[in-house]
Amino acid sequence: MSERQVELEVLRYNPETDSEPRFQRYSVSCREEWVVLDALNHVKETVDPTLSYRWSCHMAVCGSCGMMINGEPKLACKSFLRDHPGVIRVEPLAHFPIERDLVTVIDDFMAKLARVKPYLIPKQAKSVEEGEYLQTPAELKRYKQYTLCINCMLCYAACPEYGLIPKFIGPAAISMAHRYNQDSRDGGRAARQEEIAAGEGVWDCSFTGACSEVCPEHVDPASALQQVKIKSTVDWYKEHLMPWLKK
Amino acid sequence: MLRLSGRGGAGLRAAIALAESSPGLRIALISKVYPMRSHTCAAEGGAAGVIKSDDSLEHHFNDTVGGGDWLCDQDAVDYLVQQAPRELIQLEHWGCPWSREPNGSVAVRPFGGMKKQRTWFAADKSGFHILHTLFQTSLQFPSIQRFDEYYATDLLVDDGRCQGLTAIEMRSGQMRHFHARAVIVAGGGAGRMFPFTTNGAIKTGDGMALAYRAGVPLKDMEFVQYHPTGLPSTGTLLTEACRGEGGVLLNKNGRRFLQDYGMGPETPLGKPVFKTMELGPRDRVSQAFWHEQKKGNTVPTQWGEAMLLDMRHLGEKTINERLPLVRDVSISYMGVDPVTDAVPVRPVVHYMMGGIHTDIRAATPLAGLFAAGECACVSINGANRLGSNSLTELLVFGRRAAMSAVGYLECGRGAGNDGALGALADAAQARIRALIQRSGGKESVAGLRKEMMQTMEQHAGIYRTGEGLAEACGKLADLRRRYAAIELHDRTNVYNTDLLQALELGSMLDCAEAVAVSALARKESRGAHQRLDFPERDDKNFLRHSLAAFNPSAPPRVDYRDVVITKSQPGVRDYSGGHQ
Ligand SMILES: Cc1cc2nc3c(=O)[nH]c(=O)nc-3n(C[C@H](O)[C@H](O)[C@H](O)COP(=O)(O)OP(=O)(O)OC[C@H]3O[C@@H](n4cnc5c(N)ncnc54)[C@H](O)[C@@H]3O)c2cc1C
Ligand code: SF4
Ligand code: FES
Repeated sequence: MSERQVELEVLRYNPETDSEPRFQRYSVSCREEWVVLDALNHVKETVDPTLSYRWSCHMAVCGSCGMMINGEPKLACKSFLRDHPGVIRVEPLAHFPIERDLVTVIDDFMAKLARVKPYLIPKQAKSVEEGEYLQTPAELKRYKQYTLCINCMLCYAACPEYGLIPKFIGPAAISMAHRYNQDSRDGGRAARQEEIAAGEGVWDCSFTGACSEVCPEHVDPASALQQVKIKSTVDWYKEHLMPWLKK
Repeated sequence: MLRLSGRGGAGLRAAIALAESSPGLRIALISKVYPMRSHTCAAEGGAAGVIKSDDSLEHHFNDTVGGGDWLCDQDAVDYLVQQAPRELIQLEHWGCPWSREPNGSVAVRPFGGMKKQRTWFAADKSGFHILHTLFQTSLQFPSIQRFDEYYATDLLVDDGRCQGLTAIEMRSGQMRHFHARAVIVAGGGAGRMFPFTTNGAIKTGDGMALAYRAGVPLKDMEFVQYHPTGLPSTGTLLTEACRGEGGVLLNKNGRRFLQDYGMGPETPLGKPVFKTMELGPRDRVSQAFWHEQKKGNTVPTQWGEAMLLDMRHLGEKTINERLPLVRDVSISYMGVDPVTDAVPVRPVVHYMMGGIHTDIRAATPLAGLFAAGECACVSINGANRLGSNSLTELLVFGRRAAMSAVGYLECGRGAGNDGALGALADAAQARIRALIQRSGGKESVAGLRKEMMQTMEQHAGIYRTGEGLAEACGKLADLRRRYAAIELHDRTNVYNTDLLQALELGSMLDCAEAVAVSALARKESRGAHQRLDFPERDDKNFLRHSLAAFNPSAPPRVDYRDVVITKSQPGVRDYSGGHQ
């Protein structure tokens, strides 16, 4: 079992005691098969109990442990030490305010997620006694990939537009709206569209595709953005240039 | 009107039920993590509920009661199996992406210990989808106010009833008081007491400890479920659905060794037979591993002894479609691709059958306090939970807790005594302040935690002895004493994880002692509680629930309470092919 001395350079910031963020170096002996989260846990247990970060599942499903690892947004529980031979620099997720150390303030994301009405607005209401809605595997497939979002916000940290225009509703929230829009049981697209097509909704996206590149769950938010934007464009034309179409 | 609930999969289900049934209530949903981080997201396999025509409520009942080695309360199991289909359909109506049959109806899969296919699943991310569906659905109710990243520390109990709680707002480090006419605790499990576990970092038994310290007994704590197939490197779970889909377990000689432990005869490869061989219940399969290890038949790995989970015959297509997470996790954390190689696995701590003592209404003996989900013990799991029953349980009893709480509010006990509640909250706050400020203490959080985990692994694992358990009780009592001498390194307010981990350790120590003391007192072997010195089940003396009552300065007192038996008399648990 091979061990390696790992150099971690971790951003530290405590609003009560620091006037600005700084980097702290830790040198710890780690097992080669560990992920960055294991190394952080090892630091917290044996070197510095004051280091703060979020984590829970250690299996890339709870979405807590997003951080910048050598400049890229990653899940710490899925970033292997073996992929980072040199010094490993760990910083909080870009584009979010720092609450403390690697912990960011995510109020903005939570608010945006809620805004797109990410719940089923049934096309046809049905009581539980009437049983399930039928949905074929093909219908399921149309939206399934967008349900896989773990809300880790890596895509927001990668998104150049979100960095520039914080009002941009962003990749994950739009994917979630798209997820319900594409669901054969749902009839809520119009209600969601109001939010999405509003000024800072979908229009700010410039399709760099960075969001899809970093997404650990292969949700492909860029494809959702693209489809939503096309639909929104059509809606916009219908609304403004071809009002007779609505009749 | 303020009405307060708490947390997780069960907490969200309860909150939605409250919001739907009584829109006038103000509901506070308090959680130490954002709701979608709750550990329900890690559940892979699925949720049990009778839906297919060849199945019946009777079958689900019998499988559950037998699987629980007759320690389940049968009235509660009846309620569970009756309500299960409606809850799962309700989730479907809320958008849960259940896997489907070609005709569009919901698909079900086989699961260990279940006689029929009745486990609803969403690929192998069932819990994830249930949790996100519940969380997203909850967003449409304005009466649910969330308090994310608030760590609950104490229940406020005055005048013989629970009237709220105190919680640390993690962002500011400030203590907040929540006055409420009723509280539902849904704090999840406590697997983190053990070193090898499928449980996430947040599963530290806080909910159980809250109620326990407020005077509500913890029931059946000696029953700790090991899941047979965790990765030896990280404890990460490979769902039982691996075996449900046809995966098999091999020892180092390539033998499907379960046939040597009363679970045979060997079934054809890729054709799993209900309740036989690899579809035996978790306790039996984990115990068989223990014996194989004793015989020297296990496979050594760099992380310790293991057995092999072979899924190669399922083929890449099935694995990708039905078990994508399993493949991903095996490759990432073990470097083994199940499509081409058998994956080394070992039993790891998975689930607490025991928990806060509630009745079938999800009510605790403390007026105004309700509990649901893994932190509660109704009990439908008895001595051994069947896989896929607990997601169902958190839905069914999450809703039930909400209904009971509404009923309780309607029979309206008057307003509380604000002065008394304020004093209680101040005392809770003073306790936390003292912990933060204490200096000169000799003990560290990480140090005590490690000793606790080692003690539990060594003496409260798959097989136990009176001698070992007695030692564990002594050690845990000592650790609880030493806990009073902990010194923190972090004395600041904002997101102080040093403080939170210290509080979590306090919860775990209390729960761990309840496990060890209850296990020592139960002089029989039943389900997940196996005593080498008392290898037989003893219905004469122990067909009873244990109830551990908290004592701040001494080990808990253990009392007993009869199991509710309505129609199924204790029998033999038969997992050989002969039961069909
Ligand atoms: C890897 C894995 C796979 C599983 N697979 C299955 C399966 O296939 N089928 C099945 O039926 N079951 C399965 N289970 C079991 C099942 O997932 C759990 O029992 C269930 O999800 C527990 O739900 P819960 O709502 O009780 O708790 P959780 O979802 O864990 O929620 C607990 C909540 O309590 C909150 N909380 C805890 N302490 C505090 C505090 N001090 N202050 C404030 N909030 C607090 C947390 O923030 C969290 O929100 C699995 C379990 C694991 C670990
Ligand atoms: S879309 Fe992908 S990257 Fe973005 S939050 Fe969801 S899972 Fe994370
Ligand atoms: S710890 Fe859950 S996603 Fe990394």
